[in-house]
Amino acid sequence: MLDADFFRRWMTAAAASVDREAEHLTALDSPIGDADHGSNLRRGFLAVAAALEKEAPDTPGAVLVLAGRQLISTVGGASGPLYGTLLRRTGKALGDAAEVSEERFAEALDAGVDAVMRLGGAAPGDKTMIDALVPAVAALGEGFGAAAAAAERGAEATVPLQARKGRASYLGERSIGHRDPGATSAALLVAALTEAAG
Amino acid sequence: MSGGEPVGIVLVSHSAAVATAVAELARGLAGGGDAVPVATAGGTEDGGLGTSAELIAAAAAAVDRGAGVALLADLGSSVLTVKALLAEGDELPDGSRLLDAPFVEGAVAAVVTATAGGDLEEVAAAAEEAYSYRKV
Repeated sequence: MLDADFFRRWMTAAAASVDREAEHLTALDSPIGDADHGSNLRRGFLAVAAALEKEAPDTPGAVLVLAGRQLISTVGGASGPLYGTLLRRTGKALGDAAEVSEERFAEALDAGVDAVMRLGGAAPGDKTMIDALVPAVAALGEGFGAAAAAAERGAEATVPLQARKGRASYLGERSIGHRDPGATSAALLVAALTEAAG
Repeated sequence: MSGGEPVGIVLVSHSAAVATAVAELARGLAGGGDAVPVATAGGTEDGGLGTSAELIAAAAAAVDRGAGVALLADLGSSVLTVKALLAEGDELPDGSRLLDAPFVEGAVAAVVTATAGGDLEEVAAAAEEAYSYRKV
């Protein structure tokens, strides 16, 4: 079973990972975006870590709802409302249970990913974070390690795709050959689950 | 047209300069002085390019007269942040609505219609109609 502490560790591990990889994310965002993905997400996740330290919600759902709210208000780019919606909707789907099973978490994350697809209008293959999140959710039944590997493969598979959403879509064919920064950060978020599990 | 309080208008842009200039343009073309409350949420809180949820929420609260608030947004994260705030349920005043409209043309249509006493439905319809005006 996964408790509030697990979800706090997940967010803390994600914040550390985004902080470590911020320059890499921004480098990926330079040729096809506006070169702020790493700095934006770092600001957002540092705010998440600080808020969780201050408030310490006592249910898994409340941890994720608080984290999502922080991302929406602090990121400043499109990844804020997208990741914010992912975490908030996942948290709301978990309800107010003190502990949740991995199956329940997988269902909730699936609902979160659906909400992100509705908000951004992106589908798999559009070269977005969805390309890492959808395979991760599908593999979650086999454990966090499998989900992390699936997200990483999904992110790598965005390289030959042409972007159809966001700023990169304005580049048309010139977006081909670049790994999507959003799918890359989504893979970091999923990989942080394995760290939280210890 | 209703005779009560005016609809509030919020212009959300990646750039503070764009938001301010479009507000000035719309107010100037509406010719109604300050009859309609128009607020801007441009750029990030520290003056950079991007979107601030806090500035959007503050702007919407500032123009709310109880008759609804029409929000217009320009690019990617402006649109997504407004939609995410609307989904939160309690971040924006009751009757807040994101208009499906081009930013500049929609803002002018919205402010003109609100100045003429239009309600939220009429303001939204006027702004959204701006999409049907083909330029070539």
